[in-house]
Amino acid sequence: MKRVPAPADQQPDSFAFTAENLEVAKRHIAKYPPRRQASAVMPLLDLAQRQHENWLPRAAMDAVAEMLEMPRIRVYEVATFYTMYNLAPVGQHFVQICTTTPCWLRGSDDVVSACKSKLGIEMGDTTADGKFTVIEVECLGACVNAPMMQINDDYYEDLTAASTIAVLEALAKGETPKVGPQSGRHTTEPAGGPTTLREFMGDG
Amino acid sequence: MLSDQDRIFTNLYGYQDWGLDAARKRGDWDNTKAILDKGPDGIVDEIKASGLRGRGGAGFPTGLKWSFMPKESDGKPTYLVVNADEGEPGTCKDRELMRHDPHKLVEGCLVAGFAMRASAAYIYIRGEFMVEANNLEAAVQQAYDAGLIGPNACGSGYSFDVFVHRGAGAYICGEETALIESLEGKKGQPRLKPPFPAGVGVWGRPTTVNNVESIAVAPTIMRRGADWFAGFGRDNNNGTKVFCISGHVEQPCNVEEEMSIPLRELIEKHAGGVRGGWDNLLAIIPGGSSVRMLPKSICDDVLMDFDALSAEKSGLGTAAVIVMDKSTDLIRAIARLSQFYAHESCGQCTPCREGTGWMWRIMERLATGEADVAEIDMLLEVSTQIEGHTICALGDAAAWPIQGLMRHFRPMVEARIMDRKNSQPTAA
Repeated sequence: MKRVPAPADQQPDSFAFTAENLEVAKRHIAKYPPRRQASAVMPLLDLAQRQHENWLPRAAMDAVAEMLEMPRIRVYEVATFYTMYNLAPVGQHFVQICTTTPCWLRGSDDVVSACKSKLGIEMGDTTADGKFTVIEVECLGACVNAPMMQINDDYYEDLTAASTIAVLEALAKGETPKVGPQSGRHTTEPAGGPTTLREFMGDG
Repeated sequence: MLSDQDRIFTNLYGYQDWGLDAARKRGDWDNTKAILDKGPDGIVDEIKASGLRGRGGAGFPTGLKWSFMPKESDGKPTYLVVNADEGEPGTCKDRELMRHDPHKLVEGCLVAGFAMRASAAYIYIRGEFMVEANNLEAAVQQAYDAGLIGPNACGSGYSFDVFVHRGAGAYICGEETALIESLEGKKGQPRLKPPFPAGVGVWGRPTTVNNVESIAVAPTIMRRGADWFAGFGRDNNNGTKVFCISGHVEQPCNVEEEMSIPLRELIEKHAGGVRGGWDNLLAIIPGGSSVRMLPKSICDDVLMDFDALSAEKSGLGTAAVIVMDKSTDLIRAIARLSQFYAHESCGQCTPCREGTGWMWRIMERLATGEADVAEIDMLLEVSTQIEGHTICALGDAAAWPIQGLMRHFRPMVEARIMDRKNSQPTAA
């Protein structure tokens, strides 16, 4: 996906944290030593994005810059460097499919095709109803549960074309599909049950 | 095979609760004060004697690293920074440690932080790991509430804070100085060394950056003794290790095993073997995407440790084993890694910024065969001009997978070019 900021006509004139998020922001700033408040730029940009339909308008970057007493350009640099900041509007369900080699070996091409055919869009596009955006991303660090995709904050793992479509259909209906492995595995143990630590499967 | 009694991460798969009560039943936070009573030098000596080498990829001796921190305080803070920006393709171990056993890491922060006389730990976790960050933050809060960290941590008289900092999607921040830049609120672009972080780190203060697993094993080593840990694996390669086995195996999984376990045994005991049987194996990347691949003939009897793999011009890296069977288009597999490095180059050094994209484009041509055989040597030549000529190791990491491919499978790459040439109609 090209990381191009939204055009001017989509940019809101202003941005302000809600009272609740302002308190969260203060807690973030308090984690860092005095006068090192710039360290809070990443958590604050994330907070702003969560408040603003999962994308960061320029006004939000400016508000963060002012709050942290940083030059605006320093905040723009951070916002454009890190891939998790969306610089333009995205769908309500932001689908990120990992296609790096470990996922590719296990069939991420099938996940990509399933998403494209189910949603009727190409990689990087958003559905006309604004519900889904699909992009290809680099390794998400769930390689023994490959192939996988992340939708908003949740990981869906051990995917097939069919289970990919099932997850998308559930989301489209407003349901909450089970996160994690879609294969019946618990987490990262071998399929069929762990080869180790069997006595630690109980409640402890 | 390692016995369950000797496994450190007994909740690796998350069958049990991650919280403080369950963690205590698993042995965490059991009289941590007694560990701290050994004093900073006592802890560093024990970790040195255990033979623990860094679990994030480079394998630097952990105890030695801790000993580089200043022994005399100048009255200002010093820091432990935990590198939880796990993103090396193939690697997914720290994620499990943080979502299922976060107290091992929090307790490790206190033990390691005390040993290096640090005032606080910052755990830099990759931004996509939301569940993991939430569990970790909750575990930190539980530890504060129980008086295990904070002022007078564990009743030791020592004051120690732990903070969680989420990243936002940048592989390069797994490089320690890029991580420090990022923690300061900047773009994650690596710093020139020297000065090393132990002299000038985050906010200009002495800092040690360690991988999650290196820190999380420390309390168990202190409880069970250096000799116990050193009893596993060959000399200079001691301990237990969490391996991630992905790709073309019957049952991909994470598993904690003894260091120096034969690669074949690791795969056959825990991952159900190579898909279609061992003879269907083509190649394995044994330590995460940045290390050179090994053909089956080496995989047959190579041991999974630092020295055995570097002797084969590869590396243990993060111990992420990526298995590729005979159905794999190896050239495409490596071309996809080249794309990864081109995407993740931070853009600071010219050889890497320009070179990773250039190598990716050539690899794409080699994958289709639409190239000239002479381009293989040109690609290798350029890869050596990137390797070693950049501030950080990302340039090296981009070069090595290609070099590994050509070292072991060059005839395959040449054959594809010739096949394509022969299939083209010749001009009349």
